[in-house]
Amino acid sequence: MDATVSTGTEDSVWGGGNRPLGASYGKMMMWFFIMSDALTFSGFLVAYGFSRFKFIELWPIADQVFTHVPFFHGNYPMYYVAFMTFILIMSSVTMVLAVDAGHKLKQKKVILYMFLTIIGGAIFVGSQAWEWATFIKGDYGALETNSGRILQFVNAETGERAALADFAETLPEERVQHQASEGIWFEEEGYKTSYSLNEVVEGFKATPNILIRTEQLNEEGEKTLLDRKQSLAKILEANQVVEGANLIHNEYGHRLFADFFFFITGFHGFHVFSGVVINVIIFFNVILGTYQRRGHYEMVEKVGLYWHFVDLVWVFVFTFFYLV
Amino acid sequence: MAHEHKLEIFRGLLKFKSNTQKIWGVLIFLTIVTTIEVALGIVKPRALTHSHFLGMKLLNWIFIVLTLVKAYYIAWDFMHLRDEKTSLRRVIVWTPVFLICYLIFILLFEADYIYNVYKDGFITWNF
Repeated sequence: MDATVSTGTEDSVWGGGNRPLGASYGKMMMWFFIMSDALTFSGFLVAYGFSRFKFIELWPIADQVFTHVPFFHGNYPMYYVAFMTFILIMSSVTMVLAVDAGHKLKQKKVILYMFLTIIGGAIFVGSQAWEWATFIKGDYGALETNSGRILQFVNAETGERAALADFAETLPEERVQHQASEGIWFEEEGYKTSYSLNEVVEGFKATPNILIRTEQLNEEGEKTLLDRKQSLAKILEANQVVEGANLIHNEYGHRLFADFFFFITGFHGFHVFSGVVINVIIFFNVILGTYQRRGHYEMVEKVGLYWHFVDLVWVFVFTFFYLV
Repeated sequence: MAHEHKLEIFRGLLKFKSNTQKIWGVLIFLTIVTTIEVALGIVKPRALTHSHFLGMKLLNWIFIVLTLVKAYYIAWDFMHLRDEKTSLRRVIVWTPVFLICYLIFILLFEADYIYNVYKDGFITWNF
């Protein structure tokens, strides 16, 4: 153990200037922060695990939720998140290269690598925003039952998901958005769905090749598909149409999934965003030559630690949200 | 300390000439691991989704182990814990590891208990 023993100089131990564990004050404090932040993130992720284990047979399958890639149509599970992960790891690499160039006091190189890191961070935050927008908008639409379970629709012939627009009828009825000023004061809806419950139910009854898929996972680990007779009975339990996801309703499945998605990726995205802001500040300091004059680039190293930590957290979020 | 780098990974199996080279080496390794994860996530081999260990699919265990491997290399080489003093490294790693394991143990057991209450108890949650 080559830890904190200082021999023979006991009177100067408290005199300041010591570097416990061989780390400077700034780095030590950054590690303190990172550890507490790591525990915060673990708290969130374990809470996610708690809810998931609690509803283990109902939990949405991530492959069926995140299926979009910008500018492409079709079903591409995971590819985009994999790309985001790669971007973040890549920006971590440019950050280490910046720290490395800093050790050699090569200002020009530090500027270049810091710039690339910032670009990587910005691409990541942008992708995150796009992913949120897609998730909130929704794709197929679903029904919610009295108990809050989600009923999704599948085309019996193709086995593909069926969108509400594929079979819902347009009835001669008018539906207005329920606002707090009309009806019960504590009830309102945030958006008006494109079809009313009646229109979906009538359309479903008139289209024999549409089946209902429930949230329940079967032994194969897939969502249970009801046959036509069971579907017709099940649809009577529906009490509203859900399109997209928010904190209260979620067309992809259990609402807690959406809540945790917004909360955890949101908190992580906020970390990336603040990381980019801090990087930009340090970037300008590097350009101004502050650290060159100071004789060392430890500040770059410290923000580097934070930046890598953000990457580290994403590795876990990626696993527990998209893979497992 | 900060200026001397340990340039070998995989317990000395792979030695690099400079710190920059090591960084690229680690990047290649992390990319390979991520690719394996994504490929497994898309293919979902039946052999791995239908065998269980400690109540969890083998595939999920593989994902978690690969994640820890990635976390190790990010912390050791990008956050240069490899170049820090052993004592600092231990303080940083074992404190959270202990607390997180404790939290996981408590919450997942509790969640499984609630799952069984919902399943076997006299509660209707699907109507």
